[in-house]
Amino acid sequence: MNPALQGLMTIAVGVGGCLAYFYFSNLVLDRFIFPARGAQAGRNINRANMVRPWLFVFPAFFFLLLYLGYPVFETLRLSLTDRALGGAFVGFANYEQMMNEPKFWEAMRNNMLWLIVVPAASTAFGLLAAQLTDRIGWGNIAKSLIFMPMAISFVGASVIFKLIYEARPVDAAQIGVMNAVWLNFEGGIWSFIFLRVFPAILCGAFAVIAAYVGYLAARPLWEDRPGPREGVMMKGARAFLGLFGLWLAWVSVRGVWGVLTASLPYGEPINWLTLPFYNNFLLMVILIWIQTGFAMVILSAALRGIPEETIEAAIIDGAKPLQLFFQIKVPQIMGTIVVVWTTITLVVLKIFDIVFAMTNGQWETQVLANYMYDKLFRANDWGVGSASAIVIMALVTPILVWNVHNARKEMR
Amino acid sequence: MADLKLRDVAKTYGGTVDVLKNINLDIKKGELIVFVGPSGCGKSTLLRMIAGLEKISGGTLEIDGQVVNDVPPAQRGIAMVFQSYALYPHMTVRDNMTFSLKLAKKSKEEIDAAVAKAARILQLEPYLDRLPKALSGGQRQRVAIGRSIVRDPKVYLFDEPLSNLDAALRVATRLEIAQLKESMPDSTMIYVTHDQVEAMTLASRIVVLANKGIAQVGSPLELYERPENEFVAQFIGSPAMNLFPGEIVETGPQTKVRLDSGGVAVAAIATQDADKGMKVKVGIRPEDFVEAHGDAAFTGTVDITEALGEVTLMYFQSTIEGQTVIAKLPGIHRDLRGREVHLAAAPDKVQIFNNGRSLHYR
Repeated sequence: MNPALQGLMTIAVGVGGCLAYFYFSNLVLDRFIFPARGAQAGRNINRANMVRPWLFVFPAFFFLLLYLGYPVFETLRLSLTDRALGGAFVGFANYEQMMNEPKFWEAMRNNMLWLIVVPAASTAFGLLAAQLTDRIGWGNIAKSLIFMPMAISFVGASVIFKLIYEARPVDAAQIGVMNAVWLNFEGGIWSFIFLRVFPAILCGAFAVIAAYVGYLAARPLWEDRPGPREGVMMKGARAFLGLFGLWLAWVSVRGVWGVLTASLPYGEPINWLTLPFYNNFLLMVILIWIQTGFAMVILSAALRGIPEETIEAAIIDGAKPLQLFFQIKVPQIMGTIVVVWTTITLVVLKIFDIVFAMTNGQWETQVLANYMYDKLFRANDWGVGSASAIVIMALVTPILVWNVHNARKEMR
Repeated sequence: MADLKLRDVAKTYGGTVDVLKNINLDIKKGELIVFVGPSGCGKSTLLRMIAGLEKISGGTLEIDGQVVNDVPPAQRGIAMVFQSYALYPHMTVRDNMTFSLKLAKKSKEEIDAAVAKAARILQLEPYLDRLPKALSGGQRQRVAIGRSIVRDPKVYLFDEPLSNLDAALRVATRLEIAQLKESMPDSTMIYVTHDQVEAMTLASRIVVLANKGIAQVGSPLELYERPENEFVAQFIGSPAMNLFPGEIVETGPQTKVRLDSGGVAVAAIATQDADKGMKVKVGIRPEDFVEAHGDAAFTGTVDITEALGEVTLMYFQSTIEGQTVIAKLPGIHRDLRGREVHLAAAPDKVQIFNNGRSLHYR
């Protein structure tokens, strides 16, 4: 049979099966199990109404358990066994082995990098796009264009970017945009401005922002401000954020120095994806490109939801556009920003396709999900593979819980 | 604490839709001016133009002798209180009030002093560290007013500040605003409302807006006793003034009008002989009707009565198509329904309008 026909049949059988289940199970309940007649009619109706929700929720519940609940426990079990020993229980040996592999720690480090950069950049760009496209005539067209990458699969996007990063021998025409642009730099004044001064300024600005955000987060620790007292958890989080901001600032300042002093091989095409460390950011660009649209749409709706009067009141109070944005608009949509941020964080923690399609974890771009895939399906080592899967889950769970909590708070 | 001058101020949308035109108004220091008018008459737009939130399409606006058409809102020396309070939800009451002062880079001492003063006046001291969501509607509106006070503006603008409050709170807050005005006799205030009681009780002068322009400016009682035109006559006072078409039959220091519906009304308005035969409308407020001894202005059968306790409203079916005549009698009257009543009014309470304008203002 033609595959397309098969697909259509599957859809018909699947949807029809669902409808049939709901219809007939409901019918059986009402007609035969608790019929609404006879001496017990009233009681039967009440009972049927108590059973009905469970009846309808059952399929979803069943498949969730089968495809999500069971695998979690099975993975947990597998992570404690060893295939080479015929599935014998080996305790934490797999975890130990994993911890001793540099590739695992590389994946951990890269995941953390992704975790910091992608949600921050996507949310920031999304917010910027949402604000800039608000209230201009062609704003909706701009928004559609920015949103469009959301419709492209991660693998598709990776293919596009692979072409952008493509390198050809020096005498051949460059089909990759990056190298085509790069070869125009020859070390003159413009190269100095674009490749040293400009990135240095960006890096420096990031250092200042990181330090300032860290300072803002930590400030209440030593300042005595009126308001509700904060718990130990909150204080710990503040201290962590403060130190983290300081560390980011330090790294960025070193980056400024690096940018200014690095020797650049002008005139040679560069194999971008093989530049260790920096190639991570080239991969992140893809996800940022995709997720910015998502952040923009949600934040744009949130911006629209801000009461107009508060903005007018702020204008009368003398707020300049930037103050208006950061002191009146952003705080009012902070809840949404957090939800967007954590949602993207979840996507990032599971990141697999882009790395798999672009570098497959070579040149120090490994991430946890791809590491798991490597172990599980290439090395056929279910023990270590499952162990890394459990690590991913352990990392995702707290953020997921927090995300659901925030989303619920937003909806109230 | 300033004079405002509006000269030929106009507002057009898209170059074609006139909302307001030829607005000329002088507001003196220390006045409380109330803009009233039917919905859609542009009263809020005019206020927002004074605030600088809407562009002025034509004419000039002066505050303290300085044309401020192109001055941004913050530099006009105005403060505005919005209908929906417009408090910043993420800031405490204190931060809400100090936001403008911090933006203006005022010293900490100045800010603290201003907040302390405003909080004392508005009795907000216990709430300074609360967020707006933890306050009641009345308290929120007080914070919004406090946010204006701390700036010590030249002109206060109120955009229907009491509309979101329930009836009891509205009366209380109205009194508070009146007291506030009393305590700051030098401050100029402009107040937009659709509530007549607010307008009558608060205003030093009322500006009635209608048909894209100003229908009349005057003290509340001027507007009530000597409306310049039919619109103001019917807009001020509730229920609205009754209007009877008729013809002038006797002139002199007092004018006699024979009404088309059959009665005769005498008004204390001087007219010349040339006015005899002039087609006019006679306006009599429901509350000015008394039972007639002699010539009746209006005779009719009571159709419906509404007893409100302090007054009783009588509705008559007039002989003129579609017109309902209303009379308001003090006290409680029972069994009026279906009775024939003869009504007249004292000459000094009777208005005469020709082509919509009062003969008082010829």
